[in-house]
Amino acid sequence: MTKKMKLSQLSDMLQDLDVESLEGVTIEGDIELNITGGGGLNPALAYALGSEISQISLHMANIGRMLGFPAEQLFASAFGMGEMPQPQALPTSPKIQELLASKFEVSKVDNWKNPIQEVTLGATSGDGGSRKNTVTIGGENALPYYFDAEMPHRNYVTMDVFDMPIGMAKSVKGNYEDVINDPAEWAKKVVREFNADMVTIHLISTDPLINDTSAKEAAKVVEDVLQAVDVPIVIGGSGNPEKDPEVLEKAAEVAEGERVLLASASLNLDYARIAKAAMDYGHVVLSWTQLEINAQKELNRKLMKQCNVPRDRIIMDPTTAALGYGLDYAYTNMERIRLAGLMGDDELTFPMSSGTTNAWGAREAWMVSSPLKQDSDWGPREYRGPIWEIVTGLALSLAGNDMFMMMHPTSVQVLKEITQTLYGSIESEEIDITNWIGAEV
Amino acid sequence: MKINSPLEAYKFLPATNCGECGEPTCMAFAAHLIDRSHKLTDCTPILEPKFKKKYEELDALLAPEIREIVIGVGEKVAKIGGDDVLYRHKLTFFNQTQYAYDVWDTMDEKDLVERVNYIQDFKKFYVGNFLTVDMVAIRCTSNDPKKFGAAVKKVVETTDLPLILCSFNPEVLKAGLEASKDRNPLLYAANKDNWKEVAELALEYDVPVTLFAPNDLDLLKSMAKTFAAMGTEKLVLDPGTFPTGKQLKQTFTNFVKVRRAGIDGDRDIAYPIMAVPFTAWMAHDDPVSASYWETVVASVFTIKYGDIMILHSTEPYAMLPELHIRDTIYTDPRKPVTVDPAMYKVGEPTADSPVLVTTNFALTYYTVESDLASNKIDCFLWAIDTDGIGVEAAVAGGQLTAAKIKKGIEESGFDLKKDTTHNTIILPGLCARLQGDMEDESGANVMVGPADSGRLPGWLEKNWPPQKK
Ligand code: SF4
Repeated sequence: MTKKMKLSQLSDMLQDLDVESLEGVTIEGDIELNITGGGGLNPALAYALGSEISQISLHMANIGRMLGFPAEQLFASAFGMGEMPQPQALPTSPKIQELLASKFEVSKVDNWKNPIQEVTLGATSGDGGSRKNTVTIGGENALPYYFDAEMPHRNYVTMDVFDMPIGMAKSVKGNYEDVINDPAEWAKKVVREFNADMVTIHLISTDPLINDTSAKEAAKVVEDVLQAVDVPIVIGGSGNPEKDPEVLEKAAEVAEGERVLLASASLNLDYARIAKAAMDYGHVVLSWTQLEINAQKELNRKLMKQCNVPRDRIIMDPTTAALGYGLDYAYTNMERIRLAGLMGDDELTFPMSSGTTNAWGAREAWMVSSPLKQDSDWGPREYRGPIWEIVTGLALSLAGNDMFMMMHPTSVQVLKEITQTLYGSIESEEIDITNWIGAEV
Repeated sequence: MKINSPLEAYKFLPATNCGECGEPTCMAFAAHLIDRSHKLTDCTPILEPKFKKKYEELDALLAPEIREIVIGVGEKVAKIGGDDVLYRHKLTFFNQTQYAYDVWDTMDEKDLVERVNYIQDFKKFYVGNFLTVDMVAIRCTSNDPKKFGAAVKKVVETTDLPLILCSFNPEVLKAGLEASKDRNPLLYAANKDNWKEVAELALEYDVPVTLFAPNDLDLLKSMAKTFAAMGTEKLVLDPGTFPTGKQLKQTFTNFVKVRRAGIDGDRDIAYPIMAVPFTAWMAHDDPVSASYWETVVASVFTIKYGDIMILHSTEPYAMLPELHIRDTIYTDPRKPVTVDPAMYKVGEPTADSPVLVTTNFALTYYTVESDLASNKIDCFLWAIDTDGIGVEAAVAGGQLTAAKIKKGIEESGFDLKKDTTHNTIILPGLCARLQGDMEDESGANVMVGPADSGRLPGWLEKNWPPQKK
């Protein structure tokens, strides 16, 4: 029985072979392959072409066999082999003489459409305050330092000052022994010597379980600090939910017009009273919740809808846990909040603040050595503490945190250096790393 | 992975609900494939020849966007890459960043062995496990193949940790490979000048290889494509880690771009990324500043997409935060935050043993528990339901109050008066302010322990048993 085959049928068969990617190859009626790659056929294309042609020749040979021709023998004699080569037996590691050309491309994120709210702290004399400068945070259109959109403001650091001596890690305390009984001097020191952008005065002595200092007395300390420094300030209570509203209200009154940050309104105290104080005396509210994105939404909503706090007077503190003590939750909580804001959740489009000082609660930051005998040596704690605070803050800066409340001067300096480097404002000598392997260190 | 619903995976499974995989149904198994908590090979039936096609199709669909690369052999084998998401809360990050600390071939042999031992022995206890570092990177500073080969040999004799062989000289790399043939080391690195020779070595010895194209993503992608065409996809990409200023900002941008392109489906560049915080030492002379900056750069690129890195400082104040930031980022966010609120026994407590209070935040609970257990203290430990918040924050936020503690005690069925001889509870130092309320609420003696549970052993020695009043 004879089989007849026309050339048109043959090219139909070839259509199944997926050769459309082979530009420059045409199959003519007389089954001649014309390769028109020009002089500079690139090596990868040549290899791919070779592979395709071999595949085609196999199919051709099959057709030959269908027609009764012993194609395998022809192959065997042509290649000096005993068997017909299988397609898999083609070389797997071809020699390539030139790098394959390629262009790297990546798109920008297209669903970051909602900018973060800008919030300004501090007021100069022109705006009814007495600060020499103001600090503006927020305004982002992308995750921090990303190429998708320029970050409008750098990160800022506000350093802690307390209204009474408190227990501190040894390496922190060493920096403040001379000012520990004088909040005004303490404030001056962090601004002048430690390059703080702002100062936080924590009125912890007002706690009924500590000194129960009256709101009025505490307000005097606020006045002293405002006199001592001309940077914007944050006013913090003691954390006692019964007493804080009264203390912050009085402090807000004496700081009228200075656009301070009141720390903080939370769901477990009379946040409306704190919000009202901020509105009455021209301040900003810190909306503090505990590692819970929905609670953060709820509090922000209440501040806006129920207390009529305008959007440019809200900053969020979604809680900072120390490295090794829940930073994974704090990091992801902030990252989720920031992404939700950028993607359009208006209840979360506020700049964020971190109580980075919490890092000092980690035993790795302050203990002389590990309490566990099996651990490797922890090394000197003077160096462990500051880096604990730095890495805690740095992680949150990458999650979208804008402002840092910090404690150790070295931590402040290094955190500023890295966040401003990523922000793009640090110039430095270019370093050639092409031969880093041989560097003498 | 190319699919994201269990239904899409289910279509390929045998649909017999045989239970071999440990799940009651194929559908349940499919859900675990999608969240990557089971491997396809756990379904033994699908490995049968008749399902070969379905197996292969599903396997391809389930493959992570970023290729997974294996370095080293045996128990200490390291896997890098394998990620599917850009943000950990979207799933979790897989294969934590591998930290390689360096040695170099111009070191004294004795120093080299000592350093390698230090690296492989370094450990830090954390939530029930030891955190350790992963690899040794051997830098060729002599440019002498013989010397390098000898150094690699010494390292191979000293440790089972996976190795990175670092030189741009193919002869040197070859000498290193000869000395570590059976160890599947990572080659570092092919660059625009040596790529042909290095590719040949990678193919000949069948080892993974790093491509180094400082701040040139077009070149990096070209090299990756070329190596793939030559027959190896066991690639690691190093876009260059510049240690300071605008160059460091550009490095950050490059890391974000490469990973985004990979996750978005550009297979040509979907490989693990290497960072080299080591370069911090080229910018700082003072060792403390250099260590600090190296740790900072390492932290940035542990968080943002570095899958493997080469480091120099072995100071504990560098290694401890590095280990912890890695754990922070790679901890599976789907794992529970809390332990069940209950009364737990540590060791074998009796009626004379102390009764301590803590929260049901898993981290707090396990920290306290390990401090007690590792010091062989027998006691009762009460995990109070604070919605998984730590002590200090829970006191501030009202989740830990005297009333809550009392309720926790009552619900546990433990009776302080009957079940102990001392009717005393010990509060954490960070909730000292609850002492008065607690005495009123419970009628028990209330003592205030130290603020950090690491100090409990010393504190108990001094204060336990309590003085009879
Ligand atoms: S082993 Fe495979 S076939 Fe059996 S139940 Fe599990 S998924 Fe289904």
